[in-house]
Amino acid sequence: MVALDKEFIGKEYEPFALEVEKGRVAQFAKSIGEENPVYFNADVAKNQGYRDIPVPLTFAFTITMDAGQSLNVLEDLGVEKTNAVHGEQGFTYHSDICVGDVISGSQKITDMYDKKNGALFFIETEIKLVNQNDVHVADLRSVIVVRN
Amino acid sequence: MVDYSEIEIGDMLPSITKGPITRTQLALFAGASGDPNPIHLDDDEAKAGGLPGVIVHGMLMMAILAQMLTKWVPQNQVKAFSNRFVAMAMPGDSLTCMGSVVAKREENGLRLVELEIVAQNQNGDDMLKGVATVAI
Repeated sequence: MVALDKEFIGKEYEPFALEVEKGRVAQFAKSIGEENPVYFNADVAKNQGYRDIPVPLTFAFTITMDAGQSLNVLEDLGVEKTNAVHGEQGFTYHSDICVGDVISGSQKITDMYDKKNGALFFIETEIKLVNQNDVHVADLRSVIVVRN
Repeated sequence: MVDYSEIEIGDMLPSITKGPITRTQLALFAGASGDPNPIHLDDDEAKAGGLPGVIVHGMLMMAILAQMLTKWVPQNQVKAFSNRFVAMAMPGDSLTCMGSVVAKREENGLRLVELEIVAQNQNGDDMLKGVATVAI
């Protein structure tokens, strides 16, 4: 049984920065069954107006996973990761994220609450992503559900 | 090319169907997406967590739903995209992704279309339900 420590609401984690690698984007695109050459070929991407190969829409979440951002919250709260599932995920896109970009961000816990008399508890987080030129590229909002 | 003036409320997007999702795809996606959670890879660990067996990554389903949007418009026209993970999918399940236009509006010089989107398994059960905003 995990206690819901609402003192974590408002906590901000250390900023992270990660480079978007071409091979990784191709591996990700392939694993989701994507066949559009825009995700594999820089010339195709540039012809379509991108700076370089763009990352698939949900890859921004993978950037934050690579930076340990979901797991550090669970560790902080003492939650076993096998008891946690994704409840909601949202993305707001402001500018392209492309291969070669260095994406930085920091995660904030924005809300925590329980349902069903504590049988389920919910952790809401937000992450703002910025690229190497200080361009705001995306915002992520996640809800993680923990089964007690 | 999608023409803003020809879009009407209630219009359906071209649907896509992917699957069946295999355990191999879950393993590939676990590596490619950086998600090490064993509930997607190891039946014993999944059962220890109270699940019937390994489940499909919610983010793999969401990545499939996203492909319905990017088959309709180039991805740099997608301005917002979110969903709830309504039910868990298992290896062997397929996903059919559908969307419909619920609103049109112009804002800051952009012509925006609001969509309701859903991914269902082969039995017609909702797995994901969400919304998206696309600039046309």
